[in-house]
Amino acid sequence: MDLDIDPESAIFRDEVRAWLADNVPRRGLPSMDTAEGFAAHREWEAQLADARLSVVTWPAEYTGRDASLLQWLLFEEEYYAAGAPGRVGQNGIFMLAPTLFAHGTAEQRDRILPAMARGEQVWAQAWSEPEAGSDIAALRSRAVRTRGGWLVSGQKTWSSRAAFADRAFGLFRSDPDSERHHGLTYLMLDLRADGVTVRPIPQLDGEPGFAELFFDEVFVPDEDVIGRPGDGWRVAMTTANNERGLSLRSPGRFLASADRLVRLWGERGEPVATAARVADAWIDTRAYQLYTYGTATRLADGERLGPESSVNKLAWSGVDVELHETALDVLGADGELASPWVDGYLFSLAGPIYGGTDQIQRNTIAERVLGLPREERR
Amino acid sequence: MRFALSPEQRDFAAALDELLAGSDTPGVAREWADRRCEPGRKLWRDLADLGVWGLLVPEDLGGAGAEPADAVVALEACGYHAVPGPVVETAVVAPRLLGGDELAGVAAGESMATVAIPPEVPRALDADVADVVLRLDGESVTRVPSDVDPGGRVPSIDAARGLFPVPEHGVPLGAARPHAVEFGVLGVSAQLVGAARRMLGMATEYAMQRRQYGRPVGQYQAVKHLLADVTVRLEMARPLVDGAAVTLASSLDPPGADVPGAGAAAIVRDTSAAKVAATRAALLAARTSLQVHGAIGYTAEHDLGLWLTKVRALAGAWGTADAHRGRVLTAVRGGHGG
Ligand SMILES: Cc1cc2nc3c(=O)[nH]c(=O)nc-3n(C[C@H](O)[C@H](O)[C@H](O)COP(=O)(O)OP(=O)(O)OC[C@H]3O[C@@H](n4cnc5c(N)ncnc54)[C@H](O)[C@@H]3O)c2cc1C
Repeated sequence: MDLDIDPESAIFRDEVRAWLADNVPRRGLPSMDTAEGFAAHREWEAQLADARLSVVTWPAEYTGRDASLLQWLLFEEEYYAAGAPGRVGQNGIFMLAPTLFAHGTAEQRDRILPAMARGEQVWAQAWSEPEAGSDIAALRSRAVRTRGGWLVSGQKTWSSRAAFADRAFGLFRSDPDSERHHGLTYLMLDLRADGVTVRPIPQLDGEPGFAELFFDEVFVPDEDVIGRPGDGWRVAMTTANNERGLSLRSPGRFLASADRLVRLWGERGEPVATAARVADAWIDTRAYQLYTYGTATRLADGERLGPESSVNKLAWSGVDVELHETALDVLGADGELASPWVDGYLFSLAGPIYGGTDQIQRNTIAERVLGLPREERR
Repeated sequence: MRFALSPEQRDFAAALDELLAGSDTPGVAREWADRRCEPGRKLWRDLADLGVWGLLVPEDLGGAGAEPADAVVALEACGYHAVPGPVVETAVVAPRLLGGDELAGVAAGESMATVAIPPEVPRALDADVADVVLRLDGESVTRVPSDVDPGGRVPSIDAARGLFPVPEHGVPLGAARPHAVEFGVLGVSAQLVGAARRMLGMATEYAMQRRQYGRPVGQYQAVKHLLADVTVRLEMARPLVDGAAVTLASSLDPPGADVPGAGAAAIVRDTSAAKVAATRAALLAARTSLQVHGAIGYTAEHDLGLWLTKVRALAGAWGTADAHRGRVLTAVRGGHGG
């Protein structure tokens, strides 16, 4: 057992570090939940892509570098340590793309991935519906067969970045007689198409970080179906595991927050009262980093991620809240003032909700990792 | 011993609740955040009619000469209903800082008062709206000009809180009465308990309505236990707040005295303990309530955010829980525990 970084990965890491040092915008970018900020973040994606740093784990033919998972973790550590902008393309890059690699056609990959990698097409995920949050299989938005494709109607909600995004992917009920996770089809839609209405929803910070989507007989061509019609649930599970597991929230961003927290604590005169909590937050972050190195090693050995990805999700959602609550307490009376810590705090509170709530993850750990009897529910 | 609200206090609480429940206080708070303050001022006048701002003002100045416990009832209601404005500053701190006509004006509901007490309270809340803006340094009270530049507002996580730095110079008003800060600490603790109770109530109601996997989410033990845990925290915070009010009443030596007495350590100990417990309860209630609401609670359109952001702001106001923990230990160890 070792934590050594092989020479090739070290060279890659050093290149990333040097590039970021030269290119990360000093003053940061405006919030990506504003029109102006969204545009600025798109440009940043293109800049990353020009350096072939936008999608490092993808194959070279799609402007990636065939980077290993470990190399990607190192990339993320460098990325957040450098204070680089949030990834406006993250839903596409980390959730749709893995689904396309697993279930898409070569035509779909060739058509979709290059624009995604450059931020020219930003994707929103559209799973949730007003009555189907945790219980996605209760979804009712439907796709009706028509010549050459499908007509989609219904409503999706809480779709992150959909206020400004170009396209969306999600599940739709294509067999009206089906129930639960049967008869669903995985579709990609153009948010500018006829019949689509996007209603931005302001979040706690007042910015429209997500949106409600209304579909009224929106035409979706057959070429935008991923996998077989009716097989959408199985296809979607690839994405769900990616979100819960590694790719949504790698340790890098939390390590960067933990370092900032320790610095903040120092700047504030090392208050004894918060020392234990600052240390615990740092330790919990380090634990998550090492746990992830373990997961990456197992995946590299050919193992697959199962229900234990819920451990991962609970760990990061908990650590993020802990880091930010502690920072606000270190700041004392100034903690309430608008700051990146306050923004991060509010965002951290959403972590235990999206991507499967903490309660759902705990059920998964209890029932599928530990094997306890299943609680009664549909 | 009779450690419970009196029938009069319960009636007072019910009257406040009736007024505030019918006043669309969430709407008033949103307007206040955008500095459309007239609905807020109207609400403050209605509260004046119930005697809220004069509770701790002596009767000869038009107040009620009531006890801190009565102020706790009022401030808990303000917290429960998210009443905007410097409620703590006006209701419980101003009577320690002002006298004569100025205090009579507060009691009558004619003037809204706010105060900065560096370092615990570095900025004055809603100084742009308040009629009387004060500064307390050690024992000395200064009245600073109230024509504050609205552009000097420092944004808070709670959009309804307008925070303003306060100049050092103004008209000296003399010495404060003892324990002005502890009165503020008690007041904000009551406000936090009220906010916690509201967020717990909202979450409980939602858990009964919201259905997932074919049943109300409140039927899942995970959700039940979350809410039960908040209940326990809240029930353990409330007696500390009430107890601190009792201590404040009985340890001012003699009651209402202008010099600190032997009860000083007990007052610090009990008000600080109240702030610690109320802050913990409110932060837990906020997180839990958001968790139970799920994404809908994360929207600005939903009212939960009004309380969630307010308790986060109040957690750091009037001394953090960590600072108050230190004060509790010092007071207890010092042997003045009473
Ligand atoms: C910031 C943010 C961004 C989001 N982005 C997206 C997005 O891009 N695309 C998208 O499709 N969705 C998105 N969502 C929605 C997210 O996926 C849902 O919020 C999540 O699935 C939970 O659903 P819900 O909010 O309806 O809560 P509900 O499912 O209604 O849950 C309410 C409460 O009940 C609990 N509960 C539910 N079922 C059970 C059970 N069986 N056992 C125990 N407890 C249970 C939950 O844990 C929660 O505490 C986002 C949400 C947020 C907050």
